[in-house]
Amino acid sequence: MVTLNHYLILSAILFAIGTAGVFVRRNLITILLSIEIMLNAVNLTFVAFGRALSSADGQIIVFFVMTVAAAEAAVGLAIVISLFRHKESLNPDSFTLLKW
Amino acid sequence: MGSDAIAFYLLGALAIGASLLVIAQRNPIYSVLLLIASFGALSGLYVLLDAPFVAVIQIIVYAGAIMVLFLFVVMLLNAPHEETEFDERVHPLLRPGPMRFGAFLALVLGAELWWALGRGGDTGAFPGGSVTSVAVIGKALFTDYAFQFEVTSILILVAMVGAVVLAKRDHPRDRRDRGGR
Repeated sequence: MVTLNHYLILSAILFAIGTAGVFVRRNLITILLSIEIMLNAVNLTFVAFGRALSSADGQIIVFFVMTVAAAEAAVGLAIVISLFRHKESLNPDSFTLLKW
Repeated sequence: MGSDAIAFYLLGALAIGASLLVIAQRNPIYSVLLLIASFGALSGLYVLLDAPFVAVIQIIVYAGAIMVLFLFVVMLLNAPHEETEFDERVHPLLRPGPMRFGAFLALVLGAELWWALGRGGDTGAFPGGSVTSVAVIGKALFTDYAFQFEVTSILILVAMVGAVVLAKRDHPRDRRDRGGR
């Protein structure tokens, strides 16, 4: 039988994968994709809790999270494009101008 | 094991496998396509959770709109491979300093979440009543959450203007005044 715990553990695994992606990859686009994985893991938690509490609030918050994710993707990719114009590279290690 | 359990394990394995491959790829195009597969599996899980509205907007908005935006940028920049100064086939835990530390921290986070969830005890089966109706969600969205809904519309507007301003190429005349790029 599938319980709330199963969904929470699946969500935890996905979130850890997303975190690992942010740390391990050296490509701005893949880092943004890893952030999307983390957002989706949290969405799964919201929907699972909403189902467990028989409430619509979980699904509504997922709606808002998706809106924020869309805004984040649009602005993030615009920043990636303008960074790429400056350095011709997507490696975050090459953007160290502000490093002390 | 019921059909729900089989579907859960299949879709969960697909989501985890596709997400792992996303962060294991060197080519961002494959990463984006695999992430779409992962989102499809998550959409199936939402159906299992009696949330058809979320399942549908997951496909339409995430897999349809956001991922196409990513794919568009990957193809626009035409920078398929990430250039690294070490061998990419090395295991993440054996890579140079900060990345090894980051991969280790992610492992610790996963273990910690697993441990915390394991201590919660058995939550039992889901209760009978579930909200599947889009009408109920829409009503709550436009009454209880009306203010938040309006705020998201401003957020989208700001993000749209911001994306245009950030990605806009400098006008050639301005560039000449500053002595080229």
